[in-house]
Amino acid sequence: MSDLERFRRETRAWLEANCPPDMRQPVVADEDRCWGGRRPTFKSEGQRLWLERMVARGWTVPEWPQQYGGGGLSREEGRILRAEMRRLGCRSPLDSFGIWMLAPVLFKYGNEEQRREHLPPIARGEIRWCQGYSEPNSGSDLASLATRAADNGDHFLVNGQKIWTSYADKADWIFCLVRTDEAAPKHLGISFILFDMTTPGVSTKPILLISGKSPFCETFFDNVRVPKRNLVGDINKGWEIAKYLLAHERETVSSVGLPAGRPLGQIAAETLGSQDGVLADACLRADIARFEIDAIAFQLALERSGDLLKAGQASPAVSSMVKFYSAELNQRRHELLMVAGGSAALEWEGERSRSGERARNWLRSKGNSIEGGTNEVQLNVIAKRILDLPGA
Amino acid sequence: MALILTEEQTMVRDSARAFLADKAPVAHLRKLRDSRDRVGFSRELWKAFAAMGFCGILVPEALGGSGLGHVEAGIIMAEIGRNLTPSPFLSTALVGATALLRDGNAARNRELLPKLAAGDLILTLAVDERAKHAPAATALTAERSGNGFKLTGDKCFVVDGHVADLFIVAARSAGAPGEREGVTLFLVDARAQGVAVERTVMVDAHNAARVRFDGVTVDADAVLGEIDRGWPLLEAALDVGRAALAAELAGLGEEAFGRTLSYLKARKQFGRPIGSFQALQHRAARVFVELEITQAAVLKALQTLDADFERAAAFVAVAKARAGTSATLAVQEAVQLHGGIGMTDEFDIGLFMKRARVAQELFGDDGFHADRLARLQNY
Repeated sequence: MSDLERFRRETRAWLEANCPPDMRQPVVADEDRCWGGRRPTFKSEGQRLWLERMVARGWTVPEWPQQYGGGGLSREEGRILRAEMRRLGCRSPLDSFGIWMLAPVLFKYGNEEQRREHLPPIARGEIRWCQGYSEPNSGSDLASLATRAADNGDHFLVNGQKIWTSYADKADWIFCLVRTDEAAPKHLGISFILFDMTTPGVSTKPILLISGKSPFCETFFDNVRVPKRNLVGDINKGWEIAKYLLAHERETVSSVGLPAGRPLGQIAAETLGSQDGVLADACLRADIARFEIDAIAFQLALERSGDLLKAGQASPAVSSMVKFYSAELNQRRHELLMVAGGSAALEWEGERSRSGERARNWLRSKGNSIEGGTNEVQLNVIAKRILDLPGA
Repeated sequence: MALILTEEQTMVRDSARAFLADKAPVAHLRKLRDSRDRVGFSRELWKAFAAMGFCGILVPEALGGSGLGHVEAGIIMAEIGRNLTPSPFLSTALVGATALLRDGNAARNRELLPKLAAGDLILTLAVDERAKHAPAATALTAERSGNGFKLTGDKCFVVDGHVADLFIVAARSAGAPGEREGVTLFLVDARAQGVAVERTVMVDAHNAARVRFDGVTVDADAVLGEIDRGWPLLEAALDVGRAALAAELAGLGEEAFGRTLSYLKARKQFGRPIGSFQALQHRAARVFVELEITQAAVLKALQTLDADFERAAAFVAVAKARAGTSATLAVQEAVQLHGGIGMTDEFDIGLFMKRARVAQELFGDDGFHADRLARLQNY
């Protein structure tokens, strides 16, 4: 038996013994996810145990080196672990902006001290991070951001406001873009800094969305003192990091936004009924089938872009393509779910609708084409970087 | 299996690309059309296809073929799509050859397949009977008669039917139209008594035929597959054709888009390239995304036909539907973004729109395959 076969067998046995039954159920609502942090909330004892057991093996980040809290697995072993988790239907033990967004930045641009300080608590789910990017007057034109970090000797003095900060009210630390040179052209005066959300002068205010939920906050900085050792990379070179991170974010948003589970037509059949195995509503059936065709093709395109990457033939703006299309698909999916649900999908409160889950998810999906760079921005990137069309 | 071409497949693509761009570019189709050529494709080119190993691409080497797979066949179809090359490659080398190969009659194949691989035999599937593809609706009757059958009925949209030597005819030997049971495939000589062929020149200057079978008698050994149970063989031949058409549409869409992109960069209005206008950039970017996604779906269908033929149906349906819609989008945007010149016969871009429409319709359009996927997914 090869080493990889042995690894697969042992991993399978370990997962079967250690993944609690309720952690093998599909994630339905946002509340089913585990985000860790200093003030963690666990929906069940199983969720807490699952995180604890996976952390002990370094399997929240299986392919990171062990010295940073990872599992030290090879790429091949990591693939086997993910495949075995999929086979059993295991949930991700930990969702984390630290893992998805900050860690790639620290691996590429951080210094060793920063990696040692921040990566292990991220891996263990002890520190929950948020991202300070957008500002009230800097949305798609992010580089115009105005939050200022003044040089104050051994620290920066940060003043300004961020908006659309995901879960800022629940986060322990923030990675943040700030202006460190007001005189330079806008892209050349930005730096990337890290600070604790409990630092005096930091406050957050949740924003109530059309879904009735508040996953985003306004975040205010009033004379916040940030030690200079918390600068990542070089001063005024933060825009390069921001762009690198945005590309990562696009991929993350996309992989989270992918429709999973049963074909939509079977879900629709529950409310609409079928005749001779054919969905009763012919118009909706056609719309759903066309959606499924695009969704299957998109999954294959994701697989292909991974294979192209491995073969060294990746396209630089593929993340924009993925972000754009997954947003469109997810919105189509939720529109179809609402049509399939009819008036039952319109109930906003109560047990039967699980507090209006379907309607709230539908409304939430409208943000997919706005957050992390609007679809229009993605099309701009494709036009300029892939298609090489001239600027205005 | 990685969803990219292997090194060997890349070599096949490069050689097919160079060969077709040289021997059969769009001007080749234009010349055949304008001269109202009686055949509608070049027999000389078809012999060159044979010399390249294209005619026998799916035929085993022992029978004079290249012994390659569906991915390689799709690669050639994509290049045919880029150049709008008319040839019996789809009807004969892919659909026809698949029916013979999967029927597996060794004696018959020893006789026919070497000829087919040499470019000396044109063979085509006669399945459609009405304006929309619906193989289960097959009504052309096969009545038992003596030692064989008597075929009566009409077929249409028989690709290359005007020059075919042999027809593979889908007929109703039992049951009622709409049922998959009761369909039988027959190999019928085009010169047989009672066969009447009417050439139909199509909008894309490719050719098909309406074929009338008026009490045509065939022996029992003319049956391909099983009597009354010809459906799996028919679907197999059709699925190879559908995946191949998806590859053609993908190549065609990419070429039309590439030409459009060049035009956006070159054409100036208001003192600047029209490709600098955001309204047009976004339209171009959308087309690009749709075509990119289609590439993956097409390759998956072709790879699955090679690796796990019996499980390819859903991927073939996805590929044909996706390729149909994305190529349609690409050619429609191509004509619009070219402006007035895109409406002229002199300019090539309209030819891409015409071929896309025909290839969409052939062997089931996107609606047909959406319905098929829905059934496969149980709704």
